[in-house]
Amino acid sequence: MTTATTTHGSIADRPRFDCRNAYVKALVDLAQEDHRIVGVVNDSVGSSKLDAFRKAFPDRLINVGIAEQDMVGVAAGLANGGRIPFVSAASCFLTARALEQIKADVAYSNRNVKLCGMSPGMAYGELGPTHHSIEDIAWLRAIDNMTIIVPADPIETAAAMRWAAATDGPAFIRVSRMSVPEIYPSDYEFVAGKAITLREGDDVTIISNGTVLWRALAAAEQLAEDNINARVISMPTVKPLDVDAVLAAARETRGIVTAEEATTAGGLGGAVAETVVQHHPARVAILGVPEFAPTGSADYLLDRYGMSPEGIANAARSLTEHH
Amino acid sequence: MTLTTEHTTLPVFGQLPPHSSRGRQLAHIAEAARQIRIQDLKLVHHAGAGHIGGDFSAIDILATLYGAVLHISPETVDDPERDRFILSKGHVAGALYTTLAAFGFLPVEELATFLKPLSALNGHPNRNKVRGVEANTGPLGHGLPIAVGHALAAKLDVSRRRTYVLTGDGELQEGSNWEAMMAASQHELDRLTVIVDRNRLQQGATTRETNDLDPLDAKAAAFGFAVVEVNGHDHGELYDVLSSIPFRPGKPTFVIAHTHKGHPISYMSNNVAWHHRVPSDAEFDQALDELESARIPTSDCGEPS
Repeated sequence: MTTATTTHGSIADRPRFDCRNAYVKALVDLAQEDHRIVGVVNDSVGSSKLDAFRKAFPDRLINVGIAEQDMVGVAAGLANGGRIPFVSAASCFLTARALEQIKADVAYSNRNVKLCGMSPGMAYGELGPTHHSIEDIAWLRAIDNMTIIVPADPIETAAAMRWAAATDGPAFIRVSRMSVPEIYPSDYEFVAGKAITLREGDDVTIISNGTVLWRALAAAEQLAEDNINARVISMPTVKPLDVDAVLAAARETRGIVTAEEATTAGGLGGAVAETVVQHHPARVAILGVPEFAPTGSADYLLDRYGMSPEGIANAARSLTEHH
Repeated sequence: MTLTTEHTTLPVFGQLPPHSSRGRQLAHIAEAARQIRIQDLKLVHHAGAGHIGGDFSAIDILATLYGAVLHISPETVDDPERDRFILSKGHVAGALYTTLAAFGFLPVEELATFLKPLSALNGHPNRNKVRGVEANTGPLGHGLPIAVGHALAAKLDVSRRRTYVLTGDGELQEGSNWEAMMAASQHELDRLTVIVDRNRLQQGATTRETNDLDPLDAKAAAFGFAVVEVNGHDHGELYDVLSSIPFRPGKPTFVIAHTHKGHPISYMSNNVAWHHRVPSDAEFDQALDELESARIPTSDCGEPS
């Protein structure tokens, strides 16, 4: 576990950024450094914001058309030919439509393929559950040999991509389209499997990642006003999980709230619960999406499922009260 | 019945020198195919499991590729410029392992571990455990997209290396194949060859009864492939086509190899029961006798009766 310090002022008031811009900038930079890197898409050039990549490397952006099974199989074949493919597609279609290719052609075959799930969670808001990708984390967590990364801001998105490009083996990176504030310092270096303590505290712990992490930090600000010191742990790597950070939180605080833009079954919350129940039983409250969401914007829906700063703070407060 | 090294009797063949005559190449392939069948029969009989029908339908294709077509050897198995062969019909792993052993990629004695606990020789191939395996196949419809990906990589590299993928025919009922075929013709992957083991039988019935693929030639042509039909047990026809890639400049090649499941064993050939049946002792003796007598009957590979 590493520690980072946040700047002063409420995180909720900072400017917000679409992580896809950081994604494409990082991909262009990496491709300039390493000729093996190619992009693979299912017609998703616009939705992945890959125009800049296509302009810089027209031959190295392979568009297979709207065909996700083929897209992931082709990526495995490109890796067989020595390339490092970054597959870039809406997370809902990438992970559901091509799940068997992800399992057999990438993970089990141990191919150096990077799966980039664009616009995950409920980013497509009003387009509804067909386009929401809340199940992706649970599905991929069940697959051996798959690193799962859920970056929380543009800096972490770029850092995770840099790590993935330099590390042989399969990885899945979620790339948010919901705007988020910058959380990390510009020199942040991503280390797979390592949690980051963003805020120290011994009363209660909030573990989060992705688009919900800044909300967790805002929740901790609110709790501090009530003299509740919440530890906020950023857990960008859902698999492999930083078990030491989770168990330290279980030992040293009165309970753990997990909060993520993913299903309440089998995601980060599931990973944390599996860990504490086997090694150091502790109170855990899992915030996430428990159902096919009704119509609403992503922000509206996150609030509905208790992941507004107030909602997360309430969940943490109740863990401290009922102990 | 236990499989032991007593049952691993396969001789190791290499490839002949590059400019050997066609006649010598074909004799080399024929003897390798015969010995691979004998060894595979022993594996399936003594291990008590396997997919012998599909193995025997594919062995002439495998022996032709490894014996005389693919630019690959045990010494160049990790060479980035090697030709790639991807077995999409991963359930005929027994035939692949035996072929790899016949051409020196795998110690012949290791075949005795086939399907045993912790063996590298799983019921479906694993590239991380067996040298020469390019992809972990088994679920159907995976090999063709992987082959397209490799052919794209070769094209990006401006390389002359070729990509071959062997699919079953029932397997073509999976939509992923057709996604990949569209991409292959879009990208003009003329160093990609799809070989279909057209035995017209799937797990429990004929393809015609199940989900008929015909007219397969017209379908493949409509998807932008140069289509060639061969007798998939005729080494001369296989050798001539598979060593003439690209067959049509600018187009990927689609070889419909007409085969019989279980070929050439008299009681097995073209019989749907032999998808994954295991020969009894008497059946084993008879099959071995037929193979050792080397009087392999020719077949017109028509519709199963």
